[in-house]
Amino acid sequence: MAYDKFTILRSSAVPMPNENVDTDQIIPARFLKATERKGFGDNLFRDWRYNNDDTPKADFVLNNPTYSSEGSPRKILVGGKNFGSGSSREHAAWAIYDYGFRCVVSSFFADIFQANSINVGILPVRVSPEFLEKIFAAIEADPTTELEVNLPAQTITLLATGESESFAINEYKKHNLTNGYDDIDYLLSMKEEIGAYAETRPF
Amino acid sequence: MSTPTTLFDKVWDAHVIRQVKDGPDVLFIDRHFIHEVTSPVAFLGLEGRGATVLFPERTFATADHNTPTLNQHLPVADPMSANQLAALERNAAHYGISHWGLGHIKNGIVHVVGPENGITLPGMTIVCGDSHTSTHGAFGAIAFGIGTSEVEMVLATQCIMQPKPKKMRITVNGKPGKAVLPKDVILYIISQTSASGATGYFVEYAGEVFENMSMEGRMTVCNMTIEMGARGGMIAPDQTTLDYLKGRELSPKGEQWNKLVPYWLSLKTDEGATFDLDLTFDAADIEPQITYGTNPGLGTGVTHQIPTADSVKDGSASYKKSLQYMGFAENESMIGKPVDFVFLGSCTNGRIEDFRAFASIVKGRQKADNITAWLVPGSHIVEKQIQEEGILDVLTQAGFELRQPGCSACLAMNEDKVPAGKYAVSTSNRNFEGRQGPGARTLLASPLVAAAAAVTGVVTDPRGLMENA
Repeated sequence: MAYDKFTILRSSAVPMPNENVDTDQIIPARFLKATERKGFGDNLFRDWRYNNDDTPKADFVLNNPTYSSEGSPRKILVGGKNFGSGSSREHAAWAIYDYGFRCVVSSFFADIFQANSINVGILPVRVSPEFLEKIFAAIEADPTTELEVNLPAQTITLLATGESESFAINEYKKHNLTNGYDDIDYLLSMKEEIGAYAETRPF
Repeated sequence: MSTPTTLFDKVWDAHVIRQVKDGPDVLFIDRHFIHEVTSPVAFLGLEGRGATVLFPERTFATADHNTPTLNQHLPVADPMSANQLAALERNAAHYGISHWGLGHIKNGIVHVVGPENGITLPGMTIVCGDSHTSTHGAFGAIAFGIGTSEVEMVLATQCIMQPKPKKMRITVNGKPGKAVLPKDVILYIISQTSASGATGYFVEYAGEVFENMSMEGRMTVCNMTIEMGARGGMIAPDQTTLDYLKGRELSPKGEQWNKLVPYWLSLKTDEGATFDLDLTFDAADIEPQITYGTNPGLGTGVTHQIPTADSVKDGSASYKKSLQYMGFAENESMIGKPVDFVFLGSCTNGRIEDFRAFASIVKGRQKADNITAWLVPGSHIVEKQIQEEGILDVLTQAGFELRQPGCSACLAMNEDKVPAGKYAVSTSNRNFEGRQGPGARTLLASPLVAAAAAVTGVVTDPRGLMENA
């Protein structure tokens, strides 16, 4: 699956300080019935975002004009600790990508969500709890404040103050994200080696 | 003398085909389970690449997430569900993958049918596009959930690329008290470690509680390991494992079985092997559990009060939001809370032992009038056992009905949805907001606690109903 190459991203952000945002909230199970990967962004955070009659809930952050930039959707979602816990459904990452986010920032990600994100072209940036608090405070003080996520340099910066923190990412995964490659391309080049190994399995 | 290694290392290292420099390991996958929800897009991806399924005989397909639990002989009413089920059938047929669709005698929940048919074996690597794949770790396999891109990856190459997780050992010694089931053991552990306490780790369970546990119980424990954030959980194979596997339809037979047994029994953590984290609990501290919040870590003993916000590890804002969603308050007692629905089933507690436990409480009693009960076996094989063992008669006499196998109300992708605002005591694995239907409120518990609620209509300590048992 091709996705946008990721290098340097500069954008204002949407704050979602809730902890343990689980994949059932990101995309409820009843929206997993599609057989094609499209349209999931409309149902991102469906039950937090809409009333039962499909009218938007005014107090939900994605519906708040303070955190939307008309004409240029915000590309960074800043979440609380343990973002993406729960199901392995990649639909959660698809919904985030389809909505327009390219980066999720948190102090802690659930494992499978983190792997799924990278596999679909979203960069999960893990920052310290202190830096996360700084980001939330900066957005609260000025909702238009911009963040810069620099994948080659592995840094995230609050542009208004210049405060910055570096983040970790596996070199291989970084290479894939910056070039728009995926693991399957890599593994397909190893087919003979895989076949030879399979011969040795006892079951 | 070689370096002492862990069970996890032994199985993982045996499957590494290549280590990518500064990157993940290329891990060979012995068994791949697929179902209708997370596979269609993977097959589309495969097609788009012009790739094919490398080893179709290593993949097994079953329909479970979407399937109705009534009238399975009729066409599936929901067109989108029917479409997904048809896609699975079509893809399986096209690529030569074994498919146990609706109506097939072996159909059922993927994590129930894998073990009961002997597909899951010790020492294997097993993946599936479902987080509760960790269930299969009960056999001493490394089993974990993957995303759809990885499903495509395994179909195309029989490998995935994963960094090796850190290792954690959780030891529980002692004897569990009355009415304490494996579900209570794992709910207790999660409540002590939190919903993110094992993120980045792979867990090995050790100690006499797990040594004495049945395979069904071990599956329940490994199933919910994901709920503390772990990649998966596993338990070393032993005689209990062999007894369970012997004679299962797809288990190795004869000479092959005899050759594998010594290998399987060698899969245990060596004396002196180290873990990144070692936790120990005492079985005596565990009583029947129940959750009160919106993640599986927010649980407590059934006779306890709901903790106050300042006593929980996670942020108090999230905690308060969670109680607000549930309609509960700090310091309230869980006993006596009204219940509307009871769900027995899911890949966590849809096995025969769970139905035996449930029946032990409802026998000679009647379903409470205010309760809607969904009793859903994990597979047709479990359904058959329920009938053959006379459990169905006990359930029927108590006013309950048995439904047909599937994931059902665990994630409410089919018609079995708990209505908004209603309370469900559920033997499934997640109590997230809306998990059992938009606005539904889920209290996770064991089959005994579920049965006690089903006959009394409120949250009840099952021990009080077991006096003469």
